[in-house]
Formats: sequence, C-alpha cells, structure tokens
Amino acid sequence: MTMARTTAGSALDIDALLADHAKKIIVCCGAGGVGKTTTAAALGLRAAESGRRVVVLTIDPALRLAQSLGLTALDNTPRPVQGVDTAAGGSMAAMMLDMKRTFDEVVEQHASPEKAAQILANPFYIAVSSSFAGTQEYMAMEKLGQLRAQAATDDQWDLIIVDTPPSRSALDFLDAPKRLGSFLDGRFIRILMAPAKAGGRAYLKAATATLSVAMGVMTKVLGGELLRDVQTFVAALDTMFGGFRERADQTYALLQDDETAFVVVASPDRDALREAAFFVERLGQERMPLAGVVVNRVQFVAGRLTRARAQDAAEALEAGGARSSATAGLLRLHTDLATSAERHQAQIGRFRATNPGVALTQVPAAARDIHDLDGLRAVGADLAG
Amino acid sequence: MRLHIVTGKGGTGKTTVAAALALALAAQGNKVLLAEVEDRQGISQTFDIAPLSSAETLILEHPSGGRLFGLAVEPKAALLEYLQKFYKLGRAGSLLEKIGAVDFATTIAPGVRDVLLIGKVYEAVGRTEGRGKKATKVYDAVVLDAPPTGRVARFLGVNEEVAEVARMGPIKAQAESITRVLQSRITAVHLVTLLEEMPVQECLDAVQHLGDEGFPVGAIVVNQVRDPILSDADLDALSGGVAPAMRRDIEADLSAAGVPDPAETAGVLLDEAAAHLERLDLQAEQDQRIQEQGRKVFYLPALPEGLDSGGITVLADELRAQGMV
Repeated sequence: MTMARTTAGSALDIDALLADHAKKIIVCCGAGGVGKTTTAAALGLRAAESGRRVVVLTIDPALRLAQSLGLTALDNTPRPVQGVDTAAGGSMAAMMLDMKRTFDEVVEQHASPEKAAQILANPFYIAVSSSFAGTQEYMAMEKLGQLRAQAATDDQWDLIIVDTPPSRSALDFLDAPKRLGSFLDGRFIRILMAPAKAGGRAYLKAATATLSVAMGVMTKVLGGELLRDVQTFVAALDTMFGGFRERADQTYALLQDDETAFVVVASPDRDALREAAFFVERLGQERMPLAGVVVNRVQFVAGRLTRARAQDAAEALEAGGARSSATAGLLRLHTDLATSAERHQAQIGRFRATNPGVALTQVPAAARDIHDLDGLRAVGADLAG
Repeated sequence: MRLHIVTGKGGTGKTTVAAALALALAAQGNKVLLAEVEDRQGISQTFDIAPLSSAETLILEHPSGGRLFGLAVEPKAALLEYLQKFYKLGRAGSLLEKIGAVDFATTIAPGVRDVLLIGKVYEAVGRTEGRGKKATKVYDAVVLDAPPTGRVARFLGVNEEVAEVARMGPIKAQAESITRVLQSRITAVHLVTLLEEMPVQECLDAVQHLGDEGFPVGAIVVNQVRDPILSDADLDALSGGVAPAMRRDIEADLSAAGVPDPAETAGVLLDEAAAHLERLDLQAEQDQRIQEQGRKVFYLPALPEGLDSGGITVLADELRAQGMV
C-alpha cells in the first residue's frame, strides 16, 4: 500500500497562492508548537525566490531560526535576509515584533507630545503595554497595518507574511484587538472617568448612587492607588480613543479583504487539528478568506509494504531462520512508522470529513530541526507538494 | 500535600504528562485534583469525558481507593468566588459584573487574571475539612497543567507582576500568600520536553529561569522517546551505509518471509533505518544536554497509536515504575 501525499479532498496549491499577486497578505495561525514560524519563514523564502518581494513578520522565533533569517537584533524594523536567491527578481526581509515599542509608537503617533509623555510614564500603562495577555496580539495586528501602509506608499514589498503569537488559544489574536477596543469604548471606562470629569452630566447623576457603591467596592478590592493609576491612564488615553478604534477597525477590514489569505497550521494530532477546525469555523463566521490548512510533521511510509504484512514477516523471522539479525528489527521499525502514518491519515481524514471543501497540504516529518535557509527551502518544496 | 506544576513548550505533551502524573498519584490511593487554567478543555479531551466546568468533578475512582478530580479554572468564576469569600459582596458582585469591572479585571488588568487563576489552585491546595485539630487537607495532591514555558514564569511570578500595578492593598496581600506556597517545599515545577533541539533549549532556559525566580524545580519529563527497536550491534552495522553482504541477507530474509518486491522493500527499510538512526543520534545528543542538568529525569515512550486505546494508563504506569510518584 502506498501512502499518497494527497488523500481524498482538495489540495492546497501553495505555489498558486504565492504566485497570486492579488494576495498581498498571508496570515499563518494555529496552536502552539505546530511549526507556525517555520511555515511562515518557508512560505516567505519560496515566495521571494519565485519573484515576490516579501516581508515576514515573526513574533517569537526560535533562536537558531531567527539567526538564519539574520534576526539578531529585536529592533522592530524589517531587515534584508541574506542568502536568498534573487534571480527571479524577488527579495526577502524579516522582522521580529517588539510589542512594547510598537505600543509606544502608537501612543506617540496619536497623542500630543505632552499627553504621550504622561501615558508612557503611567505605571498602569507600563504594565499593560508589556504584559496584558492580549497586547502581543493587538500589536502584531497593529504592526501588520503599519507594514501594509508602508508597502502601499513605497512599494518596497508586494507580500507580507505574518506569524501569529503563541497564544493561549489560536483564536486569541482575532479576539484581543476587539477586547481592547470594547474596553476602551465600554461602560466601565466611562465609570472610571466619571470622577475625573466634572460630573455634571445627567446620566451620571442618575446613576450616582450605584456608581459610588461600585467605586467603593473596587477601591476595597483593588486598592485606592491602583484605581487612581487606572483612572489617570484612562483619562490620558481618552484623547486617542478614536485613533485606537479606527486602527482596530481598519485592521479588521484588512483581514476580511480579498487581498488577505489565512493559512491555518496544524500537526496531525487530535488537539492541533481540533484547534485548526475551530479556527476554520471562526474565519468563516468573520468572513475572512481562508486559503487552506498546512499539516506539518506528517509521517509517511514509502513502498508497498503494509503494517500488517511487516508485522507478520517480523514475527516469522523472529521465530528463527533469519540470515541477518537486523531484518526483523527493520520490519518492526516499519510497522511502527506505518502505524503512525495510518494514525496521522486517520486524523487528517476526520478533519477533512468535518471540514469539506477546505484545501489542505501535508508536510512530511523531518528527522532534524530546521534552522537554515536550505532547511526552509526543503520545507517550502514540501509545502508545494 | 504536594503541588505539582507541569509546564513545557507547546506541542511537547504537557497536558498528557500532567494527566498521567495525576493518574499515577490517584493509583496510589490518593485524592488528587488535576486543574487546567487555559480554557482549552485539555483534561476532558485527554480522558475523553464531558467538558469540565469551574466546579471540581470526579473523573475516576481507582481500585486502590484513590480518586481523581478535574477542574477547569475560569477567571470570572474564580473572581466572584473570591469576592464572595473575602468580602461577602452578595449583590455588589453582580453589580461589578454589570458595569464591566469583572471583564476589566479578568481580561485587561495586567496580572489580575493570573492571580485569580493560580489563586483558585492555591485555595484548593490549602483547603481543609473537619474542625480544629482534626482538620485535614481535602486533597493529597494537586496537579496543575500550567501555561507553556514561554509564559510560565510570568504566570507563577504573580507577586512581581502584581507589584507593577498594586504596591499595596488586598490583591498584593493575596499575591504574597500565593507566592509563599509556590516557593515552598510542597511545590515542584516539572518540565516536559521532547528530545528535539528547540523544546530542549526552552526546557533548559526555563529550568534556569524558574530556579533564579525561587521556584522549586522538580523533574524533567522527556516525552515521546523513540524506542531504538534494533539492537546496538544491528544499529552499528546499519550506520554509515550497509555492507553488500548484509543487504543480500536482508533481501533473502524478506523473500523467505514472503514480503513482495524484496529488493525494493529492502531499499525502503534501509532508508527508514537511516532516518531512524539520525533521530536516535539527535535524541542522544539532546538527552546528553538534559542529563548534564543533574536533575531527576523520567522518560515516556512515543506511543505509535497515540493516546487512543488507553495510552494515558501506559504513561501513568511508566511514571510509577520509574519512581516519579
């Protein structure tokens, strides 16, 4: 039995995707540990060597992969990747996201210098900008917006590939910007702001009794100092609400645009494929364009020897009469590999059955980690099938 | 009473290992709580049961008398429970929810979410039943399926995280008592890794970092270890290209065992052996780095069939046999 690379169902044609000049943004998303960053880098390299002018935005690359891309400094600016074959007229740049710096830049851009200084020095802002669980996601999307705007002005790049943050769940990066946005727009902000404002507004007066209870409770629980920091922060931020909101909306619209393609990355494990299925469903709900699914680290076996036959043969040889002591062991090894291969295809088959019409490509498991351009080139070839 | 915190790089199987460890403890007759904090329903998937809620649920009873409970800690529920317990808030709690303060605390305010999540685990660790001198701990052991290595130091370092925003007050006090338990001898932070370069690097970095921050690092659990399958002598004979005589013997064996296309199949098998040897070398290289840490290391086999068909029990038995519990 031969394990074909493409099982029933539509195949994700990576080369067609990369050759489509109408696609200007590719977003790689998926659960942690499935090889998202490697996939993003391999796509970037293959696109560049086929003539696209690519910038890859990575979030948290492994050290050696980062070094192979020339990402030695985290300076929030795309740098050219050395060693890329530019014969086809393409190029490749890469950058690592600096979350805090990106946030600071947003503040500086949208507030007056005086206000900006006030915000940047606020203890609550410092904590939010470096540790809020959604900041990385929000800033990755912000940076994407910036790169897109820059590409439109100076025409330096015609394809942006984004790797998404290693989130709690793969969906976080879609939700975090909205969460921050709804917080900034929300009722809670108005309540926090109330004491800072004149307090003369009718709707506030009507609710004063409730509010003072709520503020009392919060002071008790959070402590007065924290509450004051939050209030100062929110008051300073008030001036840039529109800016934040607008940018979040713009990025959201960009993700829905036909110029964007989502590539969902998974491994052939139950959990990773379930996460991928959630993501596919969610993209559909948000009307965001899905290109397809990449399943990394899939075990394949060559030749026509089935698992059952290998196992029988191993048992027969173990009973005696073998000329080489290694033969039975080789058949056992093949049995194990074929078992994994069958399990992987069963998982992928289940995913296909419940996600009909979703294009998919499989990348064979490599014996070694990938950490140079040759390795990425090989992954790119596998991605293209 | 022991608190086992299990972390590892994404994709290394930390949830599986946490579940196997909890099962191994329950199999010794202990009352065990297995908790997750990332809203992923990893525990219910591992044991193939209905999704867990923020109420502790019995997963299984072991013939030894041990019992395993599961809990998916949810920050909102933890906050409301905390407010009720310490402030007897009653209706004011729902008022906070109504004005968006609960959302604020559980999603936006830095550190508060983590204090709430780990605070719930802390509460379970310290919970007692019975009165006065007869009071005993409810659980013999709590196993926490913690966030991955990239976020775990921040998650456990609630004290510092909270100190950034709250220099005093009740949250600060709560964070301090949690930290005392997390840094005490009842706690052990275990790291799960695969014998691959990136996971091992993250594991070693985390060992260093957690130790520096004052958290008691426990064992390193190496997951999905490949069985060498072939004997050392055979592996030696196969490495660096196989001798023509050996190849002829292998083809003859395959032919005798009724395998079709013996010559072609021998080629496939030898290619597989070459990739297998490369993986074993990589494993040995990475294992060396782990051994150099001088810590307790436990090894779990790669299961070709995955977790289906009772894999979790195999892993739990393995941890018991190797003496992790």
